[in-house]
Amino acid sequence: MWSFFHKLGSPPWMYRISGSILSWLLPLTLLLLAVGSIWGLLYAPADFRQGNSFRIIYFHVPASVVALAAYYVMAIAGAVSLIWKMKMAEVAMKSCAPIGAALTFLGLISGAVWGKPTWGTWWVWDARITSMLILFFLYLGVVALYQAYENKAAAAKACAVLSLVGTVNIPIIYKSVDWWYSLHQPATIKFTEESTMHSDMLQPLLLMILAFYCLFTCSLLLNMRSELLRQGAGTNWVREQVLARRGTKGATDAV
Amino acid sequence: MQFDSLAAALAMDGHGAYVWFVALVTFAVIAGLLLLPSLSSRRFLREQDGILRREQRAAQQQHTEVSHASSS
Repeated sequence: MWSFFHKLGSPPWMYRISGSILSWLLPLTLLLLAVGSIWGLLYAPADFRQGNSFRIIYFHVPASVVALAAYYVMAIAGAVSLIWKMKMAEVAMKSCAPIGAALTFLGLISGAVWGKPTWGTWWVWDARITSMLILFFLYLGVVALYQAYENKAAAAKACAVLSLVGTVNIPIIYKSVDWWYSLHQPATIKFTEESTMHSDMLQPLLLMILAFYCLFTCSLLLNMRSELLRQGAGTNWVREQVLARRGTKGATDAV
Repeated sequence: MQFDSLAAALAMDGHGAYVWFVALVTFAVIAGLLLLPSLSSRRFLREQDGILRREQRAAQQQHTEVSHASSS
């Protein structure tokens, strides 16, 4: 167990393992996204009240759900980097922020577009939507804060504190539709009760949520690999990667 | 399939513009999430390759100069 944690802290080991995980996870993610999108867009039945505009759910809900989960991952990585000063946790925290921002942006934009045919407006300052906008700014804040510091150790510490403070917003987002009067509908998928959706609509939605979790993992690993290379510039293992790439490129050129 | 034709699938009873716009934005974001870090890593490795080649050339040149000096 402890040896695993020691390995987890090693950039060359992480780079190698993430490469082998991505070799199967990336094609699987693309397959899940393709199947889920086609199923949701063309084969799922239309909603009796919202008609076909309801199909936006297959992008809006997975993006929003994973955007919230990504914040937890970022905050946990931030806590680990603060408490145990683990470099890999800093890399994970920094890598999470742009992915979370992109997914939150997707959740907001898809929600705005869905709002037009459903509510008759692109935007309302509703508790759920406003708290999601705050989440977006928190992600952007972490990205900007890391860039603002020249001393990267201090940057990581500041970002970790911001990530941890921002976790207050996550339960607010979850509970906003219950705590305040809201145009936004309550949760469609519930852990404790039966879902309010018909199974023909629910199955592609669950598949898309799984696909977005896989997408997040792939993107996180790709971002971490890029960051590990940059942080390891001039070290032997990065030199080996350069030489390995040169060898592969040479072989391709020869063919 | 829920639609009789491609035109019906694109129109989606008047909701097509909303649904397909969101689908396109989603695919663009997914492409960005997967391609940008990969391109960044590739660019970094190319830059490092350039640095390494320059270092190797400089070392080789130095080695040649030293061997010339010792032979003369």
